[in-house]
Amino acid sequence: MTTTSGPAASRLDPEPIPRRDVLGLLSLWSMATALFVALAGTMRLPRAAVLPSPSKKFRAAIPATLAAGDPFVPPGRSVALFRDAEGVYAISIICTHLGCIVKPSAQGFECPCHGSAFAPDGSVTKGPAPSALSWLSVSASGDTVIVDEGTTVPAGTKVLA
Amino acid sequence: MSETATRPALQEFLANLRAAPGRIVDTAFRSGRPTTDRTRSSFVFGNVFLHLHSARTHRWSLRWTTTAGLGIATLAAFLITLVTGVLLMFYYKPYPDVAYESMKDIHFIVPTGRFVRNIHRWAANLMVVTVILHMARAFYTAAYRHPREFNWLVGMALLVTTLGLSFTGYLLPWDQLAYWAITIGANIAQSPREITDALHITSIFDPGGLQRLLLLGSDTVGEEALIRFYLLHVMLLPLVATALMSVHFWRIRKDGGLAKPHDVDARLGPPPSGTYPVFTEAPAKTYHLAAIVKGRTPLVGHGPENTVPSMPHLFYAELGVLMLTMFVCTALALTFDAPLKELANPLVPENPAKAPWYFLGLQELVAFSAFMGGIGIPTIVLVGLGLIPYLDREEAGTGEWFGGPGGWPLVQRSVVVGFASALLVESLVIRFGWLREWFPGIPQLVITAINPGTVLTLAYGWYSVWLVKRYGSARAGALGLFTCFLCGFVVLTVIGTYFRGPNWEFFWSPGEWGH
Repeated sequence: MTTTSGPAASRLDPEPIPRRDVLGLLSLWSMATALFVALAGTMRLPRAAVLPSPSKKFRAAIPATLAAGDPFVPPGRSVALFRDAEGVYAISIICTHLGCIVKPSAQGFECPCHGSAFAPDGSVTKGPAPSALSWLSVSASGDTVIVDEGTTVPAGTKVLA
Repeated sequence: MSETATRPALQEFLANLRAAPGRIVDTAFRSGRPTTDRTRSSFVFGNVFLHLHSARTHRWSLRWTTTAGLGIATLAAFLITLVTGVLLMFYYKPYPDVAYESMKDIHFIVPTGRFVRNIHRWAANLMVVTVILHMARAFYTAAYRHPREFNWLVGMALLVTTLGLSFTGYLLPWDQLAYWAITIGANIAQSPREITDALHITSIFDPGGLQRLLLLGSDTVGEEALIRFYLLHVMLLPLVATALMSVHFWRIRKDGGLAKPHDVDARLGPPPSGTYPVFTEAPAKTYHLAAIVKGRTPLVGHGPENTVPSMPHLFYAELGVLMLTMFVCTALALTFDAPLKELANPLVPENPAKAPWYFLGLQELVAFSAFMGGIGIPTIVLVGLGLIPYLDREEAGTGEWFGGPGGWPLVQRSVVVGFASALLVESLVIRFGWLREWFPGIPQLVITAINPGTVLTLAYGWYSVWLVKRYGSARAGALGLFTCFLCGFVVLTVIGTYFRGPNWEFFWSPGEWGH
């Protein structure tokens, strides 16, 4: 027999915080927290930390016969090299719209995919391209030039080579 | 043991052996062959695959004009791609250049390889068609209304998953189409930069770059990208699609079967002779479970009189649609080969570089603005479609074709409005160009905000709001908006497919640019 003091407790009265509820809520929230942390960790996985792409720098020899303002595209690269009186410069021929390869000519650049057109200095003249073609870093190295596709320079930057 | 005791045992053994094939068939049906009302019902709920169906089906749901079998045709196409896809995985190798070689092997050397690949491709195309038509059916019969709102959302998720499966699939051959589709797709994922670049915040906040990096696993399209698309195509998206489909089908049943007009019994009339009346036998179970289940069942407010056993009526109809779908895919596969272009060349894009037909409407839009066409407008359309069942809380016209205020005449007028405004905007752009041609040096943000795509979307939205006011009904607005978007989709897709040539310029016929 148990003795009770104070008002008689009925077995039908709810406990202030029932034990089962505490345990249930605890497991529920621990599961939610674990899921969230696991999800955050999992989302980290597909984001590559090291980009497995080939070197962005390459060496190119510009043909001596290249006329001023005419494009020279080194084989296998998506860069157009130009030479005029002020020096050598490189313009990326990857369209700033959706990444197609634009066709360089002395009159400018034309994109085959969605009809963007660019002036000889790379600025947009027509179509959906949101920005000008990027100018890439060029440095002279003997009678060749080294182009870095990963480094952009302000438009108009030319290097004497 | 005596001689007399062995002989009956041996005879019994032989008799059992003879009866074994028939008994194997009998035991496959847990409650006997489906020949009576009761065994037909237990045939359905005793089978793990069939019990997604209810045991009895309303006669309204079985009418050809209720659904045209479009949902089942979509499922059938999905199953066909599943089977043929697994077969293709025997030979396909997801590695650049090697992938292309293995596609050529499948096409030219593997026995039946070309046929299986053709079926896979045509079933995938058919699935896109049927999923769009199925959505149009659900919309025009107002089947998305309470209590089916959530299933409409699940259906939209399935639409996106289907398009994702198609997109990831046509990248795998690693031909020119594949390579430039990955490139364009990845750059559409990166197109939020159109906004962040214009605001000069890309260096601190670059969701576009992150999306592209997640998609490609690298900063160029190469082996990392191919294996990611392969993973998405053969594993992740099929799993997502299967899970969503299970929910979709289960919800059809739990939400009360297919949507029906309120006076469905009067419309159907008396059942044809030969239909079993309900409950001809005493039920074997009491219905204590039904007493505690809340919410709608197929029978709330109606007698069960207009239902027929799902076995055979519904299942044979479904089987018929499945066979028809298979016939169409096989016939197309025997007639037309799936294309395989030249090996991917990262230096020379095709001119014109065209996506498959169902993405050419989108391609027409991204030719105005990459971000708006590729992400902005599709998001607006999806959000708008998803909100429809939550804004249209009316009841008039549920379950009827073009039901609701306005009805068929409103849909006809909307077809005219939808086609006319899309054609008007397109011809303006084609004839006179757009802002950049008129005001060179205009800021990119202005073009992102005001381009033919957004103008058309706004026009449709404005027309829809006007309809809501004019008819005093959200359903009328939805009818107009949905019809307009379908028409816009058709116009953009047709222009993108037949009237765009090299440099995405307009041509009156492909003959003019030497197709």
